Amino acid sequence: MNFETTIGLEVHVEMKTNSKAFSPSPVAYGAEVNANTNVIDWGYPGVLPQANKGAIEFGMRAALALNAEITPETHWDRKNYFYPDNPKAYQITEHDNPIGRNGYLEIEVNGETKRIGIRELHVEEDAGKNTHNPNGYSYVDLNRQGTPLIEIVSEADITSPDEAYAYLEALRQTIQFTGISDVKMEEGSMRVDANLSVRPIGQKEFGVKTELKNLNSFNYVRKGLEFEAKRQVQVLLGGGEIKQETRRYDEATGTTILMRVKEGAEDYRYFPEPDLTPLTIDEAWIAKVQAELPESAKARRQRYVNELGIEAYDAEVITQTLEMSDFFDATVKAGAEAKRAANYLMGDVNAYMNDKKVELQNTDLTPANLAGMINLIEDGTISTKQAKKVFKAIMEGEEPVAYVEKNGLKQLSDPAILQPVIDGVLDANEQSIEDFKNGKDRAVGFLVGAIMKQTKGQANPNVVNELLMASLNAR
Amino acid sequence: MAETELTREEVRHVAGLAMLEFNDQELDYFKEQLDDIMNLIDILNEVDTTDVPATFTVTENRNVLRADEGINAEQKAELLARAPESENGLIKVPAIINESAGAK
Repeated sequence: MNFETTIGLEVHVEMKTNSKAFSPSPVAYGAEVNANTNVIDWGYPGVLPQANKGAIEFGMRAALALNAEITPETHWDRKNYFYPDNPKAYQITEHDNPIGRNGYLEIEVNGETKRIGIRELHVEEDAGKNTHNPNGYSYVDLNRQGTPLIEIVSEADITSPDEAYAYLEALRQTIQFTGISDVKMEEGSMRVDANLSVRPIGQKEFGVKTELKNLNSFNYVRKGLEFEAKRQVQVLLGGGEIKQETRRYDEATGTTILMRVKEGAEDYRYFPEPDLTPLTIDEAWIAKVQAELPESAKARRQRYVNELGIEAYDAEVITQTLEMSDFFDATVKAGAEAKRAANYLMGDVNAYMNDKKVELQNTDLTPANLAGMINLIEDGTISTKQAKKVFKAIMEGEEPVAYVEKNGLKQLSDPAILQPVIDGVLDANEQSIEDFKNGKDRAVGFLVGAIMKQTKGQANPNVVNELLMASLNAR
Repeated sequence: MAETELTREEVRHVAGLAMLEFNDQELDYFKEQLDDIMNLIDILNEVDTTDVPATFTVTENRNVLRADEGINAEQKAELLARAPESENGLIKVPAIINESAGAK
């Protein structure tokens, strides 16, 4: 019997607002423990939360970027649960009326484009951080408590672990370009839960699904789903039944392990949040947020290809991250020739980042210095060979024009200086001239080499070539 | 004259959601109170609300929002001093490991 897989993904993204969703405490990753907390975050009795306009607008940005409809009338709900990471014992979320519905995201797998539906997007708040200690105690840091989240729930349109991976890549890129989040799995600003079920091909109803947690990278999502699909098929083929349960992906063994049988939604005892007013989102507000939405990765790619003459594939590479794309734009704005800027970013700069394991924004390279070096190449001041040295220097934060000046790296382009050198080399190599006259092109290479040697590699190859050919033909 | 009657197991389940544990005598004590509440709801449910839209608030207020400005309350020391126990700036609580952390 053959089975088909159905996958749904729930992604939580932490939004980088200045303040929390319902309290004015600052939002900052890596701050001193419990420093960014106040009485609201601690769930003190009598405190009054107030919704953050910025968090709602970031949620709207996500919804718009994912082609979703904005819900005009919404209210907040309480989701009740008792756990030390949230002292008020409920999470404020949008249970009944999520801010966005019926969106979609386009993914590409094996060269084919597929549309994955997005069922809904909820604005809600994050919980604090609990660290368990073998001494029988947990230690709680409430800095994260109340950080605004956008929860993005896909439709069950994903039919393979590879599609799940492609969906997450596309989602991360889309959200990153809206500017609402760093979307970093390793820092927890993007978190993924996955639902998976299998059913015999041709069966109409979905199979019973299990939920996977502890998926700490896109790769683990793919591996966890691959394992879980196989496990479910084996259980069914063995005559067993799939139970609705939550399973944890174990990185060490690559397997999924039962965590708990899933509690029903009624156990959360949702009810409307009485401390916050309902929300009305009118067309004018949506239009304002739409106008503020930064240029998407797709729009940037089109601009790079149509306006800057960049190859489609290169535009794809440059828009992999917002940092790279922003850096490229800034370099072009600083006057660099676009294709050369793209080539440097994809080539030498990328290699440097991989080698040093550093992010672009953490290097000393600036768009102005990269543009400066590219201009020195374009106007013939330095050769591409000399540029290798200059590149190393600008990666250390040096200013290219000053560096070239200081190190005498200027290319020799002046015929008045080069002609005597060429004449000298030709005088000393009568045999090569004869070879050239006999049609042996290799002789030219030899002569250029000798000229470059005499000028310590500083001669401008184009000028040398031109002068040399003229001199040879004149002899 | 209770119409709806909860079972002791249901009361135990609800208590469990709040991480509370009761003996049978205590469960019966709370069961009586919860039955009363359920019956009150039953009475409310007798009203036909078919065409009445749900009310989420009793005021007319909408969109009471705060501008997105981070303000540090500088209350860390004060708040930690009022926690039952703390260590190295963290709140110290008995470990509860059976549930997953983080917002769901």
